[in-house]
Formats: sequence, C-alpha cells, structure tokens
Amino acid sequence: MQPLLRVENLVKLYAAGRSASSKDKLTALDGVSLSIPSGETLALVGESGSGKSTLALCIACLEPPTSGSVWFEGIDAAALGENQQCLLRPQIQLVFQDPASSLNPRWTALDIVSEPFLVQGRFTKPDRAVRALQLLDLVAIPRKMAARRADELSGGQKQRLAIARALALEPKLLILDEALSALDCSVQAQISNLLLDLQSSLGLTYLFITHDFAIAAHMADQIAVMYQGRIVESGPSEKILSSPNHEATRSLMAATPRFIETPGVLVHF
Amino acid sequence: MRYFIRRALHAVFLLFGVSLLTFLFSALTPGNYFDEMRLNPQISPDTVAALRSQYQLDRPLPVRYAHWLNAVVHGQLGFSFTYNGPVAPLLWARARNTLLLTITATLLAWLVALPLGVWSAARFGRAPDRVLSWTTATLLVVPDLVLALGLLILAVRTGWFPTGGLVSVGFDELSVSHKLRDIALHMTLPVVSLVLATLPMLVRHVRASVADVLDAPFLRAAAGHGIPQRKLLYRYALRAAANPLISLFGFSVGTLLSGSLLVEVVMSWPGLGPLLLESILARDLYVVIGGVLLSMLFLVGGNLFADILLYLADPRIRTAASAK
Amino acid sequence: MPLLEVKNLHVSYSARSGEVCPALAGVNFDLGPGEILGVLGESGSGKSTLAAALLRLLPSNGRIQKGLVLFEGKNLLEVSPQDLRKIRGGRIGLIFQEPSSSLHPTLQIGQQVSDVLAAHEYLARRALNEKTSQLLASVFPVDAERISRSYPHELSGGQRQRVLIAQAIACGPSLVVADEPTASLDPTTQKEILQLFGTLRQKLGLAMILITHNPALLAGLADRILVLYAGRVAEIGPAAKVLSSAQHPYTAALLRCLPTDFAEGQSARKTRLPVIPGEPPDLSLHDRGCQFEPRCTERMAVCQCDEPAVNAVGELHEVSCFKFAG
Repeated sequence: MQPLLRVENLVKLYAAGRSASSKDKLTALDGVSLSIPSGETLALVGESGSGKSTLALCIACLEPPTSGSVWFEGIDAAALGENQQCLLRPQIQLVFQDPASSLNPRWTALDIVSEPFLVQGRFTKPDRAVRALQLLDLVAIPRKMAARRADELSGGQKQRLAIARALALEPKLLILDEALSALDCSVQAQISNLLLDLQSSLGLTYLFITHDFAIAAHMADQIAVMYQGRIVESGPSEKILSSPNHEATRSLMAATPRFIETPGVLVHF
Repeated sequence: MRYFIRRALHAVFLLFGVSLLTFLFSALTPGNYFDEMRLNPQISPDTVAALRSQYQLDRPLPVRYAHWLNAVVHGQLGFSFTYNGPVAPLLWARARNTLLLTITATLLAWLVALPLGVWSAARFGRAPDRVLSWTTATLLVVPDLVLALGLLILAVRTGWFPTGGLVSVGFDELSVSHKLRDIALHMTLPVVSLVLATLPMLVRHVRASVADVLDAPFLRAAAGHGIPQRKLLYRYALRAAANPLISLFGFSVGTLLSGSLLVEVVMSWPGLGPLLLESILARDLYVVIGGVLLSMLFLVGGNLFADILLYLADPRIRTAASAK
Repeated sequence: MPLLEVKNLHVSYSARSGEVCPALAGVNFDLGPGEILGVLGESGSGKSTLAAALLRLLPSNGRIQKGLVLFEGKNLLEVSPQDLRKIRGGRIGLIFQEPSSSLHPTLQIGQQVSDVLAAHEYLARRALNEKTSQLLASVFPVDAERISRSYPHELSGGQRQRVLIAQAIACGPSLVVADEPTASLDPTTQKEILQLFGTLRQKLGLAMILITHNPALLAGLADRILVLYAGRVAEIGPAAKVLSSAQHPYTAALLRCLPTDFAEGQSARKTRLPVIPGEPPDLSLHDRGCQFEPRCTERMAVCQCDEPAVNAVGELHEVSCFKFAG
C-alpha cells in the first residue's frame, strides 16, 4: 500500500547575496526524505531555521524544489506543469500559525470559508452558502458567528475558521505549520481534539509541523526531527520518544517545558 | 554605493526625458516670437526671415534639439529673444533671488512645523490639538493668492513693509548693514506668505506621522523604562516617524524653484517665476525651456536628496539595499 | 514587609462606542522581596492589563478605576508623574510582550540601553558607555560589542529578548515584571531565557512577576502562582501546590488540558484531551455571579447569583470558589 505522500531527496537552495544569480546559496533543504501513510500523522519537529516551513511550501507545490521529488498518490508533483499542479493543489492544503494574518480580518466567516469555492469555480451560489455553513458546523463554529467579521472572532475561533477553509476543497493531506503554537493551552486542547476528530471522520492525513515535542508526542504516529535542512532522525513516536539518538532530538526534548503532576515534585526541563 | 549610482543615473535619464518633452511642447505650440515681430509693420519681412534663420527656427525639430542639447552640456542654455542675451546668466540671476526667498521660507516653515506637529500629536484629540487642526485646515483652504494679497493690503495700510520688489530705490548708496536690512524688509512679506502657504500641510503631516507612532509598542516600552517625555517625543517618536517626513522634505527641496511663482508675481519679487511667466507669454522659447529644466533639476535633485537622507537615516533601508 | 501589595485593583477599557468593559475586577496579591510570582492567565484574563496597570502604562482608552498598588511604601496609583517616571525602569523593570516591536527600529541597541541608564543615573559619557557595555556583556556572553552596534532588525528573537532584559535590569530595580517573555521563541532559546531569569534572581535578588499562559514554564521557576480568570484572581498559592493539586475548578481543568508528559503516558497518544467547554466570557456583558460558572463542571446554584469570596484552603493558598465557602 503506497504512502499518500513520499518525499525523496528534496533539495531547496535560495540565493543569498546581492543578486538572484549570485554564487552564495542558502541551503534551506539538504536532501530531505520522508513518507506518510494515508490517514496517519507525521510530526515534523525542529527549531526555526531548520527548514520546516520551506519543506511545507515545497510539498504544497507553492515553491519549486531545486531537485528531488514529491510523490503524492504516486504522481511526482514537483515535476508537473503549472496547469496540472493547479489541479493537484486542492488535495494538499495548509493551515498556518497566525490566523490573524492568514485570514482577511474584514471578511465574514462565511466569505472566508466560501473563498476556495469561488477560486476553483465550484458550485452555484446557493450551494456555496450551504456548503460553507456545513463546514462551519464541522469545526464547531456556531452558525450565529457566520456573519461576523474575522477580526471579531477569538483566537481559537479564527484557527477553526482557517481549518474549515482548508477543508473546503476536500483535501487528502493537511499541512499544519505551527498551527497550534500561538494558542492558549485550553484552546490548544480544543483544536487538537478537533483535528483528531476530523482525522478519524474524514480520513485525513496530517503533516504536523511544530517545535513543541509535547504536542508532537500527543498528536503523531510518526516523528521526524529536522535540523539545518536535514531530517536527522525519524520513526514511530514511541521509539523516538523513548530512545532519541541524535543530539538535536535530545536537546529539543530537553528544552520542551513539561511538568509532571507528581504531587509535591515539580520537574522542569 | 551602487544604490546611489543607480538613483543618480535614473535622475539623469529623467532630466533628458523632461528636456525633450519641454522642448517639443514649446516648439510645437502655435506661434513664436517672430510672429509678433511680423505683425509689427516697422520691421521688414526680410529682417524677420533673417532673424529666424539666425535663430535656426527654420531647421527641423530634431536638429534644433540636438543643437540645443549640445549647448546645454556645454553650459549654454540658449538665447533669449526678449532680453537679447544668453539664457543662462539671466536664469541664474533670477534663480538666486527666488532661492533667497524659498530657502528662508522652507527652513522657517520646517523649523516651526516640527515642534508644532509634535506638540499637537502629544495632545491628540484634546482641545489644544483641535484648535490647531482647525487653524491649519482654515489656512489650507484659503488660496495662496488671497494670502499674498491680504499681506499686501496689510503693507499698504500700515506702511510697515515695502509693497514689492527686492530693494528700495537708492539701494546702492546704503551701507552694508542697511543693505541687508533693506533686503530683509522686502523679503518679509513674501516669506511670510510662503510660510503661511506651506506650514499647514507640513504641520498636519508631522502631526499625523507622530501620532501614528505614539501608539507603537516600542514607545510604551520606552515609557516603561522611565525615559523622560521630551526624549520620548523627539528622540524616539519623531525619529521613528521620520521616513514620510524625509520624503516630504525632499519634496520641499524639490519645489524650491517652482513653488513661489504666484507669490513672486504678486509681490513683484524679481525671481524666476515672473521671468517664466513673461517668457511663456512672449514665446521666448529658450528661456522657458531653460527655466523648466532648472526647476526640474531641483525637483529630481530633491528626490535624490530625500533618497540619500532616507538611506542614511533608516538602517532597515540600508540592510534591504545591500541585500538586493 | 512585602515589596509590592496590590489591593482591590479595578481596571476597565472604554470601547469607541462608549461601552465600558472591565478588564480587572478586584485583584489582590502580595509579593515579597526576591520572590517570583507566576501569573497564569489565558487570553482575555487581564494579565497584560495587570502588567501595564502596575505602572500606569495603560493605552489611552484604559482607566484604573480604583485600587491600591503599594510599592516600597508608596501608592503607585497616586505618585506624581515625576516620581512615577523615576520608578519606571529605576525601581521596577518592565518587559513587554513581543520583543520584535518593543525596540525602536532605527536606534542602535547600545543607544537604547544607554538611554535607560541615562534616564535614571547621572553619569558622564565615558561612565555611561562603560556601564552599557557591562550590562550587555552580562546578557550576551559573546559578541556583546557587535550587538551593541546593531539594530533590532538585525537580531534574532532571542537576542532581542535579551536586550529587553538588559534594559529592564539596567538600573538595578528590585522588581521586574515580564509579560510573556518567551512567547515567540524557540524551545531552546526559551529555556535559555528562563535560565537567565533564574540566574538574575540569584545574583541580583530580584523579585519577579512572570506572566504567561503556559503553566509548564512556571514549574521550577516560580515560588507562587496566581491564576487569573476573567479579570479576577481564581487561585493563588505556592507553585508546587497549585500545579500539583489545584483547588479552583478552572486551574484544575486548565492543567488537565495539557498533553500528558511524553516520557510517561504513551497510551494517551491521539486520544482526546479533556477540555474546558465553551469560550472565555465576554466581560462587557456585566453578568452577575462567578465568571467561570458557565464552563464549570462543579457548579452549584449559588454560583450564578453571587461572586465567590476568597477562601483559604491551605497555608498561603487561597481560592475564590463557593466550593470552599463556609
């Protein structure tokens, strides 16, 4: 059974320096390979600058890789032409960290969720409204908030809206780039529950990017640790968490603040 | 460095374009100096024809332009028919007078606008700020012409100030200090008129830019560190609000030659304005082109100046420029 | 003798429509010298308002309606503006949220730190520069010289945060208030910053108010924890007690929300976390009764009618909940 997503030796170089053709190149991705079976969650853990977001953009076909391939359902997405990539994009959707900047604050919730339909030219107008409301139900945004503008919603509601928008085109793969990092603890719990529910009811596959090992441990079947553009360690969550090998993995785990509810004993990192 | 070279080349390119356009427009407008002469029965047609060929008005346009451009590069701006002499010294003499007026007025306007704008922004929305806003709005609405005329009336009624011109009769016999005083007196009304015309807009811009910045987190953080109010306003707020103001200052520099035309005409100040006006009416081609070119030089130079100032003042622009 | 005493602090904001929305409603707490108080609160709890209100740095639409803030014997809400300016930065250091926007964009770092020193101490230029270098060296063990000549946009998030810390401790204050000091930082940088706080407390005997929404950050660092909900103190007590056996239903529910420690409960992966149902209350609707009541799993009839009083549940441990009344 082939994995839904398979990345092979992805390399991405950016030009550093004065002009686009300068010799200095910045290596954002240095030969990254990973695979995610359908319906599972892979957590990509790493610090800022490790290349996680670049990887997300390459997988979503928003940035062309310098070399390497991105196999989605057996098709090499990176090698497709522009038109064919447009057909593939609805299948891979992104949710970003900061809903305040990824949602237009002046649009209503309904408009935001309907936007993908408009862009892709699907459904008639009445159908769009119906489907948009269904999406809002899916993410537990009360219908009375549908007409509210995005800047009137709370942080948690905004992120739900971003998820609803991402689900509009019925994607198979959802890339969540630090989607929970800016949320309060109680809201994080609500949204992670929502994501788990959606995964089991819609059969979604998640690429979950984070720098927080605790959330990764909770949400993911597999963990891949990224450091300086490379995946330094990857495998099933239990294995990584119980016996981390690489230095980067260990230092990230040590840096994750956690506390153990042993009465009277508090352990920090 | 490459940043400046690029900008400077851009400016030269612009000047070329403007000179061409101006030349074309002036040459293509109906009528020329000699049509007037032809109407004068005392001058024979032959003379007119001879003069025309002397001034090369019978040559095709591109040739005339090339000829003129060549002369410009050598510092000669052509020949004035009205004044019967080379254009360059004529322009320069008049431009000097204009600059005397406008440099004084610009400096004064900015020196007043900055503290006034900052003061107003610090009291945003409260009574003193509203009064100032109202005043500046009123001044903005009043046409420059009315302001200038109003001041003239004041001069006539009170006799405190001379009513026009650069110097009084018998200027040459005065001592140096009296000469200076004489010029200063003559300058007062035009300068006041110019300042009143430009001050409101400057104050409003300063006020708006500073008020924007006063809400910024770094200002609250600085206040949290106990930085005194005056330093907060000038060193922190004004400095952060400087970028749009620097661009505006570049614009002020750019209009040093062109902004005072109306005032000069009304107050009979012997500057570039009246010269250009009469030359346009008399179809004195080369004076017009030369004058426009000179003004354009200042405008482009002013923008370049603003770019340089921005580069020096804002480290983020320096970083972005070197990253390109 | 407590260093800081806050009594019955009420702060509100007025919206443009004229509505008055209370942000803090009767906050009480003490802080001893050299003590670290962790203020735990989520969005809308009023934690940032608390930080700003202590030094009267509220935005223009905020007002302190009543209360007392006694610091080293003086009521900060009533001192003259000149005295207040001396206290700000001089006796109390403030670290605002968002290091990326809390520094002036076009002034050099060294200049911004010097300005804080110059605001409170009368030093000659040479002495000022020396002190600035020393200060920067204390938070930047390497590269302090280069950082001093840099501009904020040339620094990373962690470096900017260190600059803010340097500014806050520059004049040797006895209290530092830090509002979400590690919010936008990487885990490794976050750990470094928190360790820096610990070191500073040891070396300088600083008292600190550490405001955050993440309970795990306070473990091992804070001496006491104050839990803020809807502008009121839900619970306050020794950190160990509050984190291990929280008494207020909100605190308990909040702590249950956290993903279980990954070294332990492996079987808990991909299971639903216990959540606090609903959303934080809209404080502009002046509801009677306990603010947490709509979301509380242990609510009683009386919770809808009155606001709970403060009850002691242990040594120095207080909770505002009807569960412990009477």
